[in-house]
Amino acid sequence: MTSGEKYVAAAYLVVFVGVLAWVAIIAAKLARLSREVEELVELARRRRSE
Amino acid sequence: MISGRFPVVARLRQIPLSAFAWVTVALLGTAVALVFFYAPLDADQGLSQKIFYIHVPIALTAYACFVWGAWKALTHLRTRASGADLESYAAIHQGVIFGVLTLVTGSIWARSSWGIWWTWSSNQLVTFLILFLFYSAYFMLRYSIDPGAARANMCAVYALFGVVLIPVSWLSIRLANDFIHPTVFNQNGPQMSGSMFFTFCVCWLGLLALAATMYRVELVGKRLDARLRELRELLA
Repeated sequence: MTSGEKYVAAAYLVVFVGVLAWVAIIAAKLARLSREVEELVELARRRRSE
Repeated sequence: MISGRFPVVARLRQIPLSAFAWVTVALLGTAVALVFFYAPLDADQGLSQKIFYIHVPIALTAYACFVWGAWKALTHLRTRASGADLESYAAIHQGVIFGVLTLVTGSIWARSSWGIWWTWSSNQLVTFLILFLFYSAYFMLRYSIDPGAARANMCAVYALFGVVLIPVSWLSIRLANDFIHPTVFNQNGPQMSGSMFFTFCVCWLGLLALAATMYRVELVGKRLDARLRELRELLA
């Protein structure tokens, strides 16, 4: 691999990893929201049974 | 109101998010194929010129995000439209993400072409860094104030001040005889072949679509978060 090829690969890889990191952050946020929805559903069920 | 002023924006908003994401994937896939299998090798820089197709569109996309954030800030200040503050925040957040990518890819290209990672003598680099740091500080301001009308107003004014730096950054290279950073777009149009310019346009379109998808996903997440908080308060 020439040095030019290495730099081009690095530049495109940085963008790919950046987008991937953003997807991972969004996935973590989605998981948190999903947990919160579950908690609220549970809370609503308890309220109904009271 | 914005939709009324910009029919294209209104039409884009009607496209379901999943369809938008698939269009982005198709555009970016096409862009990468064009860069490596269609665009000719640059006679001067050789293979490392391929970084141009990702670095410049990312920088222009960052500018577009900051302008959109400032426009939404102005909308908030003029009309107090609900959600404009959140939209301004999301756009600036995307701008900062694309700003980081601009600085990193630019640094790699600089190392490849000039043999250095960074130079303080290039006005274009320094003004972009100032713009990036200015908008990075936006988050410090936002999270140092309690949520409410005061925070929304202060953030909107800050976002509007920042947008002034964009033409400064754009023009600095042209006004200051910057010999280090190349000027590809000048008064005579793009200084590249037709196939290179076509590839560049597809890359930019793909990255704009990526920024728009990320912006919409972030807004959906933030609105859902707010709704859940509201629901939690109602059930408490």
